[in-house]
Parts: sequence; C-alpha cells; structure tokens
Amino acid sequence: MQILVVGLSHKTAPVEIREKVAFPPTAMGEPLHQMLALETISEGIIVSTCNRVELYATSREPERAIAQLQHFLADFHQLPFTQIEEHLYDLRGEEAIRHVLRVAASLDSMVIGEPQILGQIKTAYGYASEFKTAGLILNRFMHKAFSVAKRVRTETAIASNAVSVSFAAVELARKIFSNLEDKTVMLIGAGEMCELAARHFINNGVAEVLVTNRTFARAEKLATEFKGRAVSFDNFRDQLHQVDIVLSSTGAPDYILEAKKLSEVIRLRRNKPMFLIDIAVPRDIDPKANKIDNIYLYDVDDLQGVVQANLKERKKEADKAEAIINEEILQFYRWLSTLEVKPTVVALRQKLEDLRQAEVKKTLASLTADPKTTKAIESLTRALVNKILHQPTSILKNAQNSEDGETYIDAVRTLFDLPTPKPEDSVVTDETELKK
Amino acid sequence: MSLNIILFKMVLLCYLTATVLYLLHVVARKEKPGQIARWVLLGGALIQFVSFILRYTQLGYTPVTNMHESLAFFAWCLVVIFLLFDLRYRLSVMGAFSSVLAVITMLGSGIAPRAVEPLNPALNSWWFPLHVTFAFLGNAAFALAFGAGVMYLLQDRMLKSKRFSTLYYRLPSLDTLDSINYRALTFGFPLMTLGIISGAAWAESVWGTYWSWDPKETWALMTWFVYAALLHGRLSIGWRGRRAAIFAIIGFICLLFTFLGANLLLNGMHTFEAFQSKPY
Repeated sequence: MQILVVGLSHKTAPVEIREKVAFPPTAMGEPLHQMLALETISEGIIVSTCNRVELYATSREPERAIAQLQHFLADFHQLPFTQIEEHLYDLRGEEAIRHVLRVAASLDSMVIGEPQILGQIKTAYGYASEFKTAGLILNRFMHKAFSVAKRVRTETAIASNAVSVSFAAVELARKIFSNLEDKTVMLIGAGEMCELAARHFINNGVAEVLVTNRTFARAEKLATEFKGRAVSFDNFRDQLHQVDIVLSSTGAPDYILEAKKLSEVIRLRRNKPMFLIDIAVPRDIDPKANKIDNIYLYDVDDLQGVVQANLKERKKEADKAEAIINEEILQFYRWLSTLEVKPTVVALRQKLEDLRQAEVKKTLASLTADPKTTKAIESLTRALVNKILHQPTSILKNAQNSEDGETYIDAVRTLFDLPTPKPEDSVVTDETELKK
Repeated sequence: MSLNIILFKMVLLCYLTATVLYLLHVVARKEKPGQIARWVLLGGALIQFVSFILRYTQLGYTPVTNMHESLAFFAWCLVVIFLLFDLRYRLSVMGAFSSVLAVITMLGSGIAPRAVEPLNPALNSWWFPLHVTFAFLGNAAFALAFGAGVMYLLQDRMLKSKRFSTLYYRLPSLDTLDSINYRALTFGFPLMTLGIISGAAWAESVWGTYWSWDPKETWALMTWFVYAALLHGRLSIGWRGRRAAIFAIIGFICLLFTFLGANLLLNGMHTFEAFQSKPY
C-alpha cells in the first residue's frame, strides 16, 4: 500500500488556477465520496486552502491511482485537464510522506512557519473522518503529521520571530523594554497599520493608551475603542515624557516631532528609553532623533527590514525542522512496511514455532521419554500450530486484495505482539539474497 | 597526582562542560543543555569549595597566597556570583559569558606557578581571608556588570543601526541587561568597599599604617572612584543604558589592571612572590 499526493500549490500554480480547483469547505462530502469511489483509491483526504489544493490517498496501484486523481481534480471542477496539467505535482511513497509532513510543519508555506496551515490540515482531516474516507493508514499518518508539526514548533524557533510589520514593532519593543506591562503607548493620528500595531500592544498588556488626533472627536472615538485616554493635539507634546512607545501616522507634510524636542523629553524622563514608530509617509518624526541616546526610532522601511531579517532567521530554523522530519519519516515508514502480508505471515509462523519448540523442550526435559513418545509430542504440537494458523493465514492472504486488508494485518500484529522489522534486518536479507 | 590536582582538574572539567552546554543553548537554541549547565556549574563550585577546605586544613591558612591560588579563587567567586544572579535572571548568555571567563581564569591558574613560598607572617591574620573574600566577590560582581555592559552596547548598536546579526536574537532586552548592570553594581560596590576597609584595617594591624600608597592600593582606589561615580550617576542623575554600560566596562578594565597588572608589572607589598626578597 502506497501513500500518494496529487495537487498544486503557490509554488506551482498562480492564484487564477488555484481558485478554480479549490474545494468549498461547506460541501466536502461530495468530493470526498467521489474521490473514494475511484476504483484504485482505498483512503482519501482533501486539503484545500488559498495556497494549495492537495489530495492525499492510499492505493495499491500508485501509477493508475495518480492518473485517476489528476483527472478527478479537473473533472470535478469541470476544467479541461490540459489547463491544470502543467501545475500538478504527484508524489508517492517516501516523497509523499515527506511532503505532507513538511506542509503540516509549515515548511512549504509561503511564509515559512505561519501557523494556519496546521489548523487547515486538521480541518481537512476532520472532514475525512466525518465522511469516513480516512482509514487505518491515513488516520495514523495524519496523527503523525500533527505530532511532527508540534515537535517542529517546540524544538525549533521557526515561528518565533514576527513576519508582519505591526507585530515586528511589538517584538522590537520587547527587545528594548523586556516587560510591556507598565508601559504607556501614545497613538498620534490614525491609520490602519497604526491601529493594528496599537491593538497588538494592547494584547501584549501595555498599561495605558493615549490617543491624539487633529480632530479631537476622532481621538475620543479611538480612545474609547482602546479603553484609553484622548489627548488634544495642541498639547500632546507636554505629555510625551510619560510615554514609552509612540506610534505615529499623521498626514502632516512636515515633521511633527523635532529631534530637539525629543532630547528635551528624554532629559525629562531621566534617560528612560523611548521607542518611536513612525509609520507615516512623509515621515512625522525627525530621523535625527535616532541619534539621541536611549531613543530608538523606526520608520516603515526599518520595520520592513526587521521582517526580512526575521524571515532569514526562520529559514535557518527550517533546516533543523528538516532533520526532525527525516527522523520521523524513517519511523513512520517502518510502521508502514509492517503492513505487508508476506512478512506478517512469516513473522506469525515464526512466533508460534518458537513458542512450540520452547514448550516441547521444557516438557521433554522433565520427562524421560523414548524416541517414539518424543516423535509423537513433536507431531502433535506441530499439527496443533498448523491448525491454529490455518484460518488466520488464509484470511491474511485474502486480505491482500480487500479494502480493509491493512486493518487485519495491524490487528494480527497487535494480537500476537509481532516485532516491527528493523531497517538493519532488511539490509541483511538483501545481502543474503545477493549472495544467492 | 595529588588530590589537589585531581580536584583542580575536576573543577576545570565541570566549568568547561558548562561552557559547552551554555554555548549549545545560546547558539543552537537547544533547551535542555541550558538547564543542565547550571547544575554542572554548581557541581564544579561545590567541588572547588571542598578543595579550598582541604587546602586550608593542609596549610593552616587561607589558600590565596600565589597567582595559581588567586586565579582559581577568582573563578570560584565568579561562578558563585553568577549562580546567585541566575536565581533571578535565568539568562544563558550570561551563563555562557561567566563560564567562559571562569574557564579562562582556571586555565590561567593552571599555568601560573604553584610553588608555595614559606608563608609570610603578614598573611597569617584573620583580616586576610576577609579582605580577599570581599575583594574577590566584589570583582566577580563587576565582571558580570562588564559582561552585561558589553552585551548592552552590542544590542544597542544593532537596535540603533537596524542591522541585526544572529546575535540580536540571542541577546536579552536592553532593559534586562541594564538591570543586571545595576544589580551587579549594587552588589559589587559594597563588597569592594568592605574589601578596601578590611585591607586597610589589616595593614594597620600588621604594619601599623592604614594606607601606604603602594601601586595596587592606588589603582584599587581609582577603580573604587570609577564605580562610585557610576553609582552616583545612576542614583542621582538618572544615568542608565549606554553610559552606564561604558562605565562598567571602564571600571572593569581598571579592575583588571589592579588585579593582574599591579602584580605582574609593578612591585609592591601585594606581590607576595617577590615579598621575600623585598621586605616591607
């Protein structure tokens, strides 16, 4: 049984194509059932987000199954196959496993480390469970993917640095103040990015928010929204010395805060540091202010630069995540390879034969038996083992061709506590086969 | 190999291991090594404490009479002071700094002559261990202030220039570094003051004079003034941040000269190896 992936993503297809093959989240039952109705497919999951549409499936005939899945994607959306063909990728076996683990761990995302994708895959898996299209293998596989994603999140710093401008401002503030809980933020002017950043600061527990605006009513409105205090635009400068973080985005054509005024403010603050964020274009705060000790002034470009640096840092962490994934693939592959009929039958026979021999040996040791009795005991036990094994073995052999075959194999392995083959073992058998 | 040398090597090994673990934590961002590191460091400090006690019972006086012993004792003070700070700050970068410094001093101690000169009668006084302990613990606290100061300058530089190296992500916030600087100062300054006072009292009991302006005393006084200025600036004029960091660095350079330079380059009554040939 092979795991397969067929789909397209932001890396292979433009949004015009992605939107055409996307599956609406409100009606997942129909496509899931149609996918499972394909004769080569045993299990299936559909992941559909704005950045990717992917089908995860298991099949015994990987090549035929892939072709069917590809056409299913086109047919379901009533698109000519040629239109999507060049954007599609198909993966099987280890490559498919690696791909899904990487997607779940957010290594394949447009913004590496973004947290939504894991939730989206969980939702997709939820639909597959609801419509019973995920079986033994995909169930196990998806839980593996979730646990790997969690491991990557806790063991690497892949998601630790902000990749949005407004959140980068909060992180910078933490690098300056460490603790935001006793800090005061002042909003000068209004603007989407400014308000977003202010909201981030509030969520991170700042003590007080002051709002000022040329139109006082506007300031009051924002102030009630943020549970802060409105300050009139004429004298907001007199309150600056109580403010630790300034967010500025007015439409003023000139600087509204001069460097000279700010060095006065810093003196009044007894050198307590100030973090100034100037989102306005043209800028509100004289860039010379950054030269003043204990003032840290960032404009839009500076913040964008921080985001770029953070992204670079995330890419470094991604290498660590790849190593974790390699480790987990090996583990999962080992489990998957136990779901083959032949080795399972061999292992089951071996197990019972070992038990038989051990028991026979024990009995014969306590009993001074003549050769005839010994032979009789031998053949009795052997016949017993064969009789016991007959039914399970034939069911397992038939299971090879049935939909839920893996379920029987897994059950036998659990019931008889059969050992998981180690990769070393398979290497050894390969060598002995070569010698022959 | 004598027990002393075995213990010395064990301590060095502990500090070295802690250094590696801390660096693993800081550079490779692995969680576990950082947690183990502080216990390894604590283990090393305990072994070293035992070795001091042993040495004391062997010799019958405080074993800080030559360069070898002094440096080892300084390493111990450094680790102890760091562990105290670690209770509150839990900062692996500071751990990495302290353990690296401890390893360097231990290595320095390893190469320094170990010969035990016949004990100068001046050292056989109760003032001696007091003076040395105060002075060294104070120095160790100042070493931490120095480390935090250097990190502050680096972090401040990156935040101002908006060019972030990997270090930016590893270093703590400016506020934390500044508060370590301040705490180390409020810790180190009284200890240093007590060190100087106990030294003077000791000098009086042995030589009949509190202060004799030998080079080490002069340098120590200068250093004391640097730190006094910093403390005053912090408490009454609102110095902080970059300026405080720079002062902590200058102070520590003076301190290094007082501790090492005055012993190696200048002669005076604090240079005990030369003491026999040049009696006071």
